[in-house]
Amino acid sequence: MIWEFEFIILFLVVVCGIGALAVKDLLGASILFGGYSFMMCLLWAIMGAVDVAFTEASVGAGVSTVLFVAAVFRTSRRTKD
Amino acid sequence: MDAALALIVGKYNYWIYIVLMMIGLYAVVVKKNLIKKIIGMNILQTAIILFYVSIGAKKGATIPIIAHAHNGGGEHVIHAAEYINPLPHVLMLTAIVVAVATLGVALALSIKVYKQYGTLEEDEIYEKIRES
Amino acid sequence: MKAIAMVAVVLCGGLLIYGSLDFPDWGDPNSPASTHLSPYFIENAIPDTSVPNIVTAVLADYRGYDTMFETAVIFSAGIACLLLLRMFTPNAPDSRLYRHTPTGVTIRIEQGGKLPENTQEFQRIDLSWVPYDVIVNTGCRLMVPFIQLFALYVIAHGHHSPGGGFQGGVIYGAAVILFAVSKDLRSAIEQVGEKMTAYLSSAGVLIYAGTGLLCLFLGGEYLNYSALAGLLGVDPIAARSHGILIVEVGVGLAVMAVMVSLYYILSSDGKLDEGL
Repeated sequence: MIWEFEFIILFLVVVCGIGALAVKDLLGASILFGGYSFMMCLLWAIMGAVDVAFTEASVGAGVSTVLFVAAVFRTSRRTKD
Repeated sequence: MDAALALIVGKYNYWIYIVLMMIGLYAVVVKKNLIKKIIGMNILQTAIILFYVSIGAKKGATIPIIAHAHNGGGEHVIHAAEYINPLPHVLMLTAIVVAVATLGVALALSIKVYKQYGTLEEDEIYEKIRES
Repeated sequence: MKAIAMVAVVLCGGLLIYGSLDFPDWGDPNSPASTHLSPYFIENAIPDTSVPNIVTAVLADYRGYDTMFETAVIFSAGIACLLLLRMFTPNAPDSRLYRHTPTGVTIRIEQGGKLPENTQEFQRIDLSWVPYDVIVNTGCRLMVPFIQLFALYVIAHGHHSPGGGFQGGVIYGAAVILFAVSKDLRSAIEQVGEKMTAYLSSAGVLIYAGTGLLCLFLGGEYLNYSALAGLLGVDPIAARSHGILIVEVGVGLAVMAVMVSLYYILSSDGKLDEGL
């Protein structure tokens, strides 16, 4: 496909991944992780793996983010590192 | 110089996937908060899945769903070079399922740890274990 | 500790990058991954099974044994979460909060107190309660049936378009979770209860394994769907297509029940009374 698109989305994937690990608010980390999952889904759709992209969109950017938010809700929200 | 440029253009995708894997691995080892460790584990898993799926890509091929299969009267001859390799997709579907199952159990374990020790930071948990 | 980890990670990454120099170029049609078995799958999916989606055909027919154990893994993850966190408190919980609707006064009733029976005036609220929002509640209630219908479409249409049992099951579970998030955990548990999720997840795994056993009893090998041809009344190739549909339904049921059960247990700390 157009390699500029793929490069930008790859760059966004790495930025979201590092961001999800670096923020100190756990709710923000889970939302960034949902964004990371969605960018992965776009990458796979570009590569032609439509079944894998469908699964990652429903599982990663859907249910996985909700489970993270539920777990953060039941434990503490701030973290020191 | 030409050979180095050809090497970089041909392989830079794999290098970025390996960098993503190492980010996830570093987070699992170094981070002290349990939820951050779980996020790192998931980043590692999805980066490995990305690496595998990228092996099956072919230039100029279409998605692995055979078009016009049941319409049209005659038999079409299907060339394997026109369709993307479907085997990595199949194996990685199972990998995504296993990743979400592991995520559920890991989050349940971290909630249990929080109820027992009152904190999610690893060093504070070690201190409380040493005191008791 | 951080320095050792950084050194180890850089070393591992360097070794992997050194190994990637031997890889075929990105997008090469003659790479070893694409030359041995996958041309057979691509060219023989329609003559063998008449299913145009090659990924579904390989997942549920050629490698159906793997998918059966993947369903078992999802089922055991649901059981593990249940065993870890679920607390079956037989009596009433410690303290309940009730809100008197005409005046807006919140009362708290400790354990052993008398619960108000007049449900017109007193409504039970959670510890983290927000006022009733018309837009959120009505919007989500309108969307939930269509999401469920789309999930059923994804399961049934997995032969011809991207999709299949697993994706449809997750979308159906997400619809129930949307209802639980927008309204209340207790009203979602009234609709899809805990016993129902337990029955559905077991039924999903049973459908998959039972189809394999049925093929064994009808004369073929385990999970060889062409043995179902006599039972369904079609030729063996169409029997494989129908067999794939039956096991996809099984996978969808199991996945849906486990996703819903995971959400219930994780968001209410095992007690199933309050939620997000």
